[in-house]
Amino acid sequence: MATNKEELSLLGVIGSPFVCRVQIALKLKGIEYKFLQENMANKSELLLKYNPVHKKIPVFVHNEKPIAESLIIIEYIDETWNQNPILPSHPYQKALARFWSKFIDDKVVGAAWKAFMTVDEKEREKNTEEVLEALQFLENEIKDKFFGGEEIGLVDIAAVFIAFWVPIFQEIGGLRLFPSDKFPKLYEWSQELINHPVVKEVLPPRDPVFAFFKARYESLVASK
Amino acid sequence: MAKVYEVVKVFGTVGSPFAKRVQIALELKGVQYTFFEEDLRNKSELLLKYNPIHKKVPVLVHNEKALVESLVILEYIDEVWGSDQPILPQQPYHKALARFWSKFIDDKYMPAITKAAFSANKEEREKGSEETVEALEHLENELKDKFFGGESIGVVDIAAGHIAFWLPAIEEAVGLKLLTSDKFPKLHKWGHEYTNHPAVKKNLPQRERLVAFFKARYASIITASK
Repeated sequence: MATNKEELSLLGVIGSPFVCRVQIALKLKGIEYKFLQENMANKSELLLKYNPVHKKIPVFVHNEKPIAESLIIIEYIDETWNQNPILPSHPYQKALARFWSKFIDDKVVGAAWKAFMTVDEKEREKNTEEVLEALQFLENEIKDKFFGGEEIGLVDIAAVFIAFWVPIFQEIGGLRLFPSDKFPKLYEWSQELINHPVVKEVLPPRDPVFAFFKARYESLVASK
Repeated sequence: MAKVYEVVKVFGTVGSPFAKRVQIALELKGVQYTFFEEDLRNKSELLLKYNPIHKKVPVLVHNEKALVESLVILEYIDEVWGSDQPILPQQPYHKALARFWSKFIDDKYMPAITKAAFSANKEEREKGSEETVEALEHLENELKDKFFGGESIGVVDIAAGHIAFWLPAIEEAVGLKLLTSDKFPKLHKWGHEYTNHPAVKKNLPQRERLVAFFKARYASIITASK
């Protein structure tokens, strides 16, 4: 159990879905930490020291020991602090949670970003198809209030990208990535998630995030 | 130890490095299983039933419960079949590092070597070679003991198996020279130790067949790009 003498910091940027994941996990456990805001256009010495391989955020540092990769950080947090467990305890259920979290990263995140940050119609169509296909699997998978059951778990936390960021991309780009009519259960889940007391507190304010991605999109369009 | 009434099945192909990861882990744990060899051009009903989402190998089926994704399977095997021969470290921080490097191998090394050997475009292949070398450099720097797992093999060693056996076969098949002993002395030595580990040695495909397979794959890509 972490005590107040433990040094905990999180290197990240507000508005990153991956950083948000870690913040949700920390908040769920009631863990206090220092948030070190990075500027990805001008990475700090600390970031380069703590994540020399990828030079990316989030990086979680516990008593000078750094960990990178959001899902790996969350598993570490879950193993180190036992209150409000994030992963299931049963090995098979745990494996399924890992599978679905990885699925979100491999099949949804990349394709959603590519569908959004492109002016090539073919690329857009192809990636939109991929996202819709992946979301269908998730639609079929959701059986309770959350992927974690009655309470949020690893998969819900991983999927916060879908609940908060995908609709923003959709709105800016005029895309049909997460239509609620096509994915009613997933849509309902997303509303439960963003209104969950812990998640609600951790999610960044929508307007600045929207403005940030809109600016990026517009500069892409302008450069073509 | 798997009990007699436990039914463990593994779906894979003889040459798949991902299937081999699972087989090596089961070997280390002394778990008996039935291996179902798949023809990926003609996937079996069973494979499609057990892995409807990705339709890929490996699949582990334990008492009719299916799992896919080799690294997810390795963690499951480690959790279910005790700590006699642990695959992951016990301590959370070391465990996190082991997961980081296993993921690194899948996210950075694997796509790079595929690109280096099997891209239709020459520039892409050159870029892939650079990326492969970069990935190998990170791993060379990371290796501090006999194995990534220390004195005994662990999840990172199992994940890195491709480097020890498949990479040299690819190099021979397509004429690449990436894992040189002067540039990567530790990895080179590790590769030798790893492939000679009893649990691994039993579970390696035939080298000549692997080289032939890669030669054919390379040839078809080069032909198609003309």
